[in-house]
Amino acid sequence: MEHLFINLCLFLAMAEERRQKQCSVILPTESMKAMAESVGVAQLQEESCVTLSEEVSYRIKEIAQDALKFMHHGKRRKLTTSDIDNALKLKNVEPLYGFQSQEFIPFRFASGGGRELHFYEEKEVDLSDIINTPLPRVPLDVSLKAHWLSIEGVQPAIPENPPPAPKEQQKIESTEPLKVVKPGQDEEGTIQGKGQGATNADGKGKDKGLIRLKPRSTHELSVEQQLYYKEITEACVGSCEAKRAEALQSIATDPGLYQMLPRFSTFISEGVRVNVVQNNLALLIYLMRMVKALMDNPTLYLEKYLHELIPAVVTCIVSKQLCLRPDVDNHWALRDFAARLMAQSCKTFSTTTNNIQSRITKTFTKSWLDDKTQWTTRYGCIAGLAELGADVIKTLILPRLSVEGARIKAVMEGPVVSNIDKIGADHVQSLLLKHCASVIAKIRPQPDNVEQYRIDYGYLGPMLCSHVMKARTQAALQAQQVNRTTLTITQPRPTLTVSQGGLSGSAGPRTPSIIKVPSSLTLMSPRPGTPSQPSPPATKYIVMATSAGAASTQQVITISSSQSPSPVTSTVPSVSSTLQPLVKLEPSGGPGLTSSRPLQKYIVVSLPSSASSSLETKSSVLPASISSTSLDAGMKLERSESPGASTQSPH
Amino acid sequence: MAAVQGSLVESVDKKDIKTEPSEDGGGNNNNANDGKILSPSPAPTTPAEGNSTAAGTSVDQQTLLAVLQFLKKNKLSESVDILRREAGLPEDSLDSKGGDSSGEATGDAGRSADADGADASSLLSRVTVSSSAVAPAPTKAPSEDQPDVNVVLSAYSQQGDPALYEVYYKGLKKFIESVLDCHRAELSQVFYPLFVHMYLELVYNSHENEAKAFFDKFSGDQECYYEDDLRVLSSLTKKEHMRGNETLLDFRTSKFVLRISRDSYQLLKRHLQERQNNQIWNIIQEHLYIDIFDGMPRSKNQIDAMSGSLAGEAKREANKAKVYYGLLKEPEIELPLDDEDEEAENEEGKPKKKKPKKDSMGSKSKKQDPNAPSQTRIPLPELKDSDKLDKIMYMKEATKRIRLGPDNLPSICFYSFLNAYQGLTAVDFTDDSSLIAGGFADSTVRVWSVTPKKLRKVKSAADLNLIDKESDDVLERIMDEKTASESKILYGHSGPVYGISFSPDRNYLLSSSEDGTIRLWSLQTFTCLVGYKGHNYPVWDTQFSPHGYYFVSGGHDRVARLWATDHYQPLRMFSGHLADVTCTRFHPNSNYVATGSSDRTIRLWDVLSGNCVRIFTGHKGPIHALAFSPNGKFLASGATDGRVLLWDIGHGLMVGELKGHTDTIYSLKFSRDGEILASGSMDNTVRLWDAMKAFDDLETDDFTAATGYIHLQDNSQELLLGTYTSKSTTVIHLHFTRRNLLLTAGSYNP
Repeated sequence: MEHLFINLCLFLAMAEERRQKQCSVILPTESMKAMAESVGVAQLQEESCVTLSEEVSYRIKEIAQDALKFMHHGKRRKLTTSDIDNALKLKNVEPLYGFQSQEFIPFRFASGGGRELHFYEEKEVDLSDIINTPLPRVPLDVSLKAHWLSIEGVQPAIPENPPPAPKEQQKIESTEPLKVVKPGQDEEGTIQGKGQGATNADGKGKDKGLIRLKPRSTHELSVEQQLYYKEITEACVGSCEAKRAEALQSIATDPGLYQMLPRFSTFISEGVRVNVVQNNLALLIYLMRMVKALMDNPTLYLEKYLHELIPAVVTCIVSKQLCLRPDVDNHWALRDFAARLMAQSCKTFSTTTNNIQSRITKTFTKSWLDDKTQWTTRYGCIAGLAELGADVIKTLILPRLSVEGARIKAVMEGPVVSNIDKIGADHVQSLLLKHCASVIAKIRPQPDNVEQYRIDYGYLGPMLCSHVMKARTQAALQAQQVNRTTLTITQPRPTLTVSQGGLSGSAGPRTPSIIKVPSSLTLMSPRPGTPSQPSPPATKYIVMATSAGAASTQQVITISSSQSPSPVTSTVPSVSSTLQPLVKLEPSGGPGLTSSRPLQKYIVVSLPSSASSSLETKSSVLPASISSTSLDAGMKLERSESPGASTQSPH
Repeated sequence: MAAVQGSLVESVDKKDIKTEPSEDGGGNNNNANDGKILSPSPAPTTPAEGNSTAAGTSVDQQTLLAVLQFLKKNKLSESVDILRREAGLPEDSLDSKGGDSSGEATGDAGRSADADGADASSLLSRVTVSSSAVAPAPTKAPSEDQPDVNVVLSAYSQQGDPALYEVYYKGLKKFIESVLDCHRAELSQVFYPLFVHMYLELVYNSHENEAKAFFDKFSGDQECYYEDDLRVLSSLTKKEHMRGNETLLDFRTSKFVLRISRDSYQLLKRHLQERQNNQIWNIIQEHLYIDIFDGMPRSKNQIDAMSGSLAGEAKREANKAKVYYGLLKEPEIELPLDDEDEEAENEEGKPKKKKPKKDSMGSKSKKQDPNAPSQTRIPLPELKDSDKLDKIMYMKEATKRIRLGPDNLPSICFYSFLNAYQGLTAVDFTDDSSLIAGGFADSTVRVWSVTPKKLRKVKSAADLNLIDKESDDVLERIMDEKTASESKILYGHSGPVYGISFSPDRNYLLSSSEDGTIRLWSLQTFTCLVGYKGHNYPVWDTQFSPHGYYFVSGGHDRVARLWATDHYQPLRMFSGHLADVTCTRFHPNSNYVATGSSDRTIRLWDVLSGNCVRIFTGHKGPIHALAFSPNGKFLASGATDGRVLLWDIGHGLMVGELKGHTDTIYSLKFSRDGEILASGSMDNTVRLWDAMKAFDDLETDDFTAATGYIHLQDNSQELLLGTYTSKSTTVIHLHFTRRNLLLTAGSYNP
């Protein structure tokens, strides 16, 4: 009974809050009857039921209205059971004890057989279970934390503040650049000038009459953001799996990344470009996981960066060679994973204007149809197509099954050409079987006749038949579980080292103008550093070091009346703490590597020493591998610089 | 007043007689203020205001008798005597008595406990409310008193054909829709009160179905800002319900006030008389107060700006009293620096920059502001040495204060309460921003030090004995180093803590709670010193006077109380609000108290006399935030409707409307020099407004306009200087440090 009461109150109160018209809502008389029966009063007259329900409804509404008062004074948006208790106390009614519920509305709804039922879920709990379960963690005590919401009118982009630009705004920015509003400030024109000071303030009044020009788009990263970027990228491609998981988690969930998105996107595309050349499978996998994490982040407007991301992903699907030992390493998993990513991005981003899906499909089909295509690429194309869904499989893959089957047969049963081809054919075969079986199971009527299959699908027919039958039984069992979200690395760990120094340099020097240090110090201009000298990387961070030094005397924001607020004081203290590892990283990257690293080029430079000898030949392969993967001209990966191979010289 | 009665009542002398008793009779009514300007209605019976209107009508006497009976039953013999005396005595003596008691209060407030006790009790009896009475709902005694209720409700006993109500209402609607545009808006104001009263009449006479039909038919026509009340109304369908429903009783006992121009009023009157529409005419005469003014009819916008409260607009007379809004002269303190009077000169540029010119400063501070109350209008505590030191600190800090303006916005530091699990209900900072206190739903009060200086308790008595009392650093020695910590928890309340306030000298902390008490805590020992019991219902807000010693509280019982820390009973009770008093603020000169209420009005009370001197209407939702400008001239208020309204206290006018917030505004604060108004809201934003501009642009000529209305520009967007969004953190408190850094606080609710 009490449950019902509480629930009614909660319901009514929330309805009130939502300002619904509740004029004529009263409890049904059946409820009255049910309640009466529950307290032993049988045979309640209809008339008394009506009177009762009216009265009860009125009282409940009254209490709900009072409870709302408590909610407002509690500065909450949610009504809690304690509000109702307090409202009852106001009316001099004993509150209902024991109905503190953590969940908002503690009861469940069930319907079936034309009946709708609300019930309170009370599980039977075994006492010994409770005793035996370890005690939960003690909840954290209330604590106080200070941060800058605004510094002289400008909201700093720190994690404590909400993302400066929500997805919608990012979209507006990229699609309607003329209406760009500076992030963190209001949409009002008058405010825009504030940060810039007098010069803009003068023009404030005239603004309205003038044509609005597309403002220069600035991508300023705060020092924290630079550090964050560095940490994240290092962790993502570093050797510590736990760290990587954390970093990916951060990419997938943090709301404030949009300003770093261009960097991440470049990082990934460059990374793929370089690592494909070097056949560094592990790093490619890491980079694809980054792509996945980016796509999982709901606050990012990725559309703007697809031109970089999609070629990278496609490269990982169809590249001729992704690893050093194609016969041993499981590059197939990477292809599968990337294919899934591709399918996911097609689903999310494909529109009638960009036609991503059809362009991708065309690209895959074209290279698949090409007879000279290698098995690896062939596998990628098929995987990519298959991931796009049953329709694509039905229209594009199934008709070619017999042709493909013949090709596989030629490799499998013919003279042994090469082991690699055989493995490739084997994988293509199982891939085809895996994807096609379920589709065929759906579209093809039973019974499954092996001969019929052989006629229809050629060499693969019999195997398909058994797979289809398996699929059918599985479907019947409803036990089809396909884990499509995680990529497990089956490959033995490569003995590669990742140059962290090179990584860290990738963001800053490539586009140095973007980095704005609040204390008006500018970063060093980019210049190709000589690797043997540890100094260039060090100078890069001197700026931070000095500013940190200046601020080091100022403690974290405590009581602020004693200190004048300035950007330096607010942003820098955190720098000083994270600065140390930065500096330490540099030397560690130096000796581990032997290659020269012109700074503007390298995202990920990782040369296993054994591979260095074969580097020249590999690098010449690169353009080909890219062209085979590049999409239509519009989507082509445009590079002003020549690929890394030309400037790379192994030592 | 004359304007009102001229049209309704022809006899002038009658009016004079009536106004006299009303001055004091108001004390008898729960609505001390509303009683003041009494209904000039010529109708023989004015039952609603029974005990407050001129005694002599039989109904009034009945009411009085009923009250007497009630008091007797509850063995409140003293109150009985007083009431009988008051009722029996001629009006003159009543008047003088009232003067006496208030005079007494002035002289003695806070000095002698006895005098105050007597004073308090006389105050109590004057409002026929007794906090010590054990009545089930003491503060609402007059309205819940059974006989009284019947009297009130009997106003509805007139029988008309229920079926005709719709016809009447429709007829009036048709008429108003057909009048000239300029009158239509004004006359439309009649709809809502008329609708409510007709509906209630139907309900009272048990025409349930007709009432429902009537409601369904016409509720849609009402202004959207009455929606909340309509919802309450809609749930009320039976006569029995009316008995306990306070909101509706208030609607009955207080007349709905409308301001209508004379022309429009004549038009309405003529129409109703021509049609012989007595039903409506009766309602208008009995339940409505029509404040008639000469001049142009007001426009729809003007009306909408002012309406929205539970009982219509404020009568113009209600805002005529003189308010001494000026600041008190700062005490002269011997300083190593020069003494200066900063606050008084906020408006005149940058006084603190000219510190060296001591002579000019000195002379200026001596000149008395004509709008300031006399220094001794209410007795204020004398400054202690520590207060003087603090003043010196304050002045030193003030010299380093940042001049704010549209081009120089304050930095905002946000204090987030983490792991509060939605339990944070109130926050306050000390004036010097060294301490922060939070009130929580789990009944605790927590105090943090936000400076490196930790919080320490005073040593135990035994240890204190050992201290060398002559030493210079005795104040340091009495502190127990072992207890030093960054935060302390104060346990004592038994319900959520809704209001919290530091004393200006940082020695005390006040907290008000759902349990009906206000507690005074010592910040030396971190223990509870006093529990002030008086409100029997949740106390929504409390605040210390800027000069310390006094504090004000307001709660669900619709009464705001003024207390002194050394009295366990209130010194003054401010009653008049028709719904919960949701927030209370002291005027910077401590002579006035502003209260905001769920009845959507703001009232300003004179601490000296206990009278309501201003009623501000215009908000469309319960008011949750109030702030006085540092110069004392203006008041800002924020409500659940997400709007900030600005008021000129001296003229009693609304002077600005700031739109932008999308949810309840829980905090408002002016910067130290009054240039910037900051508002914090449940929508997780802090907004900064250009207060200077808002007040500068006033067209002071309009002040004399008969409408009591100033043309409001819709310039919220121009005045908005910045919007800062927090990350799902409701902003519930704002505070400007002495150097004009804005501190905000709220709890993070992921």
